[in-house]
Amino acid sequence: MWAWIQKFSSPKYFYGMSAKLIPWFALSALLIALYGLYLGFFVAPPDYQQGESYRIIFIHVPAAWMSMFVYVVMAVSAAIGLIWQIRLADVIAASSAPIGASFTFIALVTGSLWGKPMWGTYWVWDARLTSELILLFLYFGYMALQASIEDQRMADKASGLLAIVGVVNIPIIHYSVEWWNTLHQGATVTKFDKPSIHIDMLIPLLLMALAFKLFYLAMVLVRARNEALYRDRNRRWVRELVEKL
Amino acid sequence: MLKAFYYLLLRDMRLALRSRHELANPLIFFVLVVSLFPLAVMPTPERLQEMAPGVIWVAALLSVLLSLDRLFKQDYEDGSLDQLMLSPNPLVVLVLAKVSAHWLLTGLPLVIIAPLLGVFMALETSSLSVLVWSLLLGTPVLSLVGAIGVSLTVAVNRGGVLLSLIVLPLYIPVLIFGANAIDVASDGMSVRGQLYFLGAMLALALSLAPLATAVALRITASR
Repeated sequence: MWAWIQKFSSPKYFYGMSAKLIPWFALSALLIALYGLYLGFFVAPPDYQQGESYRIIFIHVPAAWMSMFVYVVMAVSAAIGLIWQIRLADVIAASSAPIGASFTFIALVTGSLWGKPMWGTYWVWDARLTSELILLFLYFGYMALQASIEDQRMADKASGLLAIVGVVNIPIIHYSVEWWNTLHQGATVTKFDKPSIHIDMLIPLLLMALAFKLFYLAMVLVRARNEALYRDRNRRWVRELVEKL
Repeated sequence: MLKAFYYLLLRDMRLALRSRHELANPLIFFVLVVSLFPLAVMPTPERLQEMAPGVIWVAALLSVLLSLDRLFKQDYEDGSLDQLMLSPNPLVVLVLAKVSAHWLLTGLPLVIIAPLLGVFMALETSSLSVLVWSLLLGTPVLSLVGAIGVSLTVAVNRGGVLLSLIVLPLYIPVLIFGANAIDVASDGMSVRGQLYFLGAMLALALSLAPLATAVALRITASR
């Protein structure tokens, strides 16, 4: 088992394997996204209250889901890297951060674009918006720490620990922001509770969530491949690879 | 182990008391920042009162943040941190001693001076005690969580901005409940919930943050 993990997680093996996986992930992400967008933009009925502008949720909600999912992936792989000293896990964590930050940013931008016609303003200090913004700051902190320590091993371990500390803190931050808002003014316009979502809206939403996940897989593999290659630039397998070209 | 805790605490206090001006700086900064706000807006009592909880808490946050550097930086540079890490005593206990010293030297003075600032900001006398309580429970959390950030950046040159980028998001829950407690108190409602929550965060930080700090020091400060 251990030997198998060792083999599977060696950068050389990963480099070859990921090359085969990336096209599959990327292609299926593209196809599912196209179909999901078609269903979402043309087939799903308009909302009885929000009209057509609700359709941005087919981008916004999957991006928001991914922003949290990627942070957890990052923290888990950083923990694996810290505990079992698997270098590939560190590579995955480091390559996930910019992607997760982008998802967070997309969620914030689409959210505020949707907020303008709905709430009449681009930004409200709504609990969810605020915790998404803080999540973006957490990503920035991780990336800044990763970039500013020169020794690669130390950078991985230190930023990995920060990711784990962040994961412990995220629920605390989330709930304190939520309580802060409800303590302040109670649920007003900013909270809109959908009783239950129509099935014709739910299907494209789930499809888009799947497409985003596959897109993330493809992207993280691309980034991790580059990162693995760069980190091992002085090792033999990379040199052999270059000589073959 | 208790002895080690005690001696390290004593050592840090003594070292800090030898350079008193450095000790006073965060405190002066705290007072200065708070007194900037009445100058920046029309200082009517109602407006000041409305702003007071947020202003005082943000100023306390920044003041602690600026003083964090002292926690490990000097010991890292002159090598005494290496000696501490080589000692047979558990690093967690030593970290806790250093953080306690840091809080006694920077957090506690803030708590003591805070009522004065409350008066500056036209807070009612009844909410002054809540201000003191919230700072008393909140500032140790700031020192404890800040220690994680400092230990992660101790080897980075010019890590000041980086430190604030890492630490400030983690401070948000303390800020929310600390400021909210004073806010609620000036409305004349019960602040028990907010203070309990601050206490819970203190318990959590007290039990987990030294562990994380010790691990971080082993990562970054080992040469």
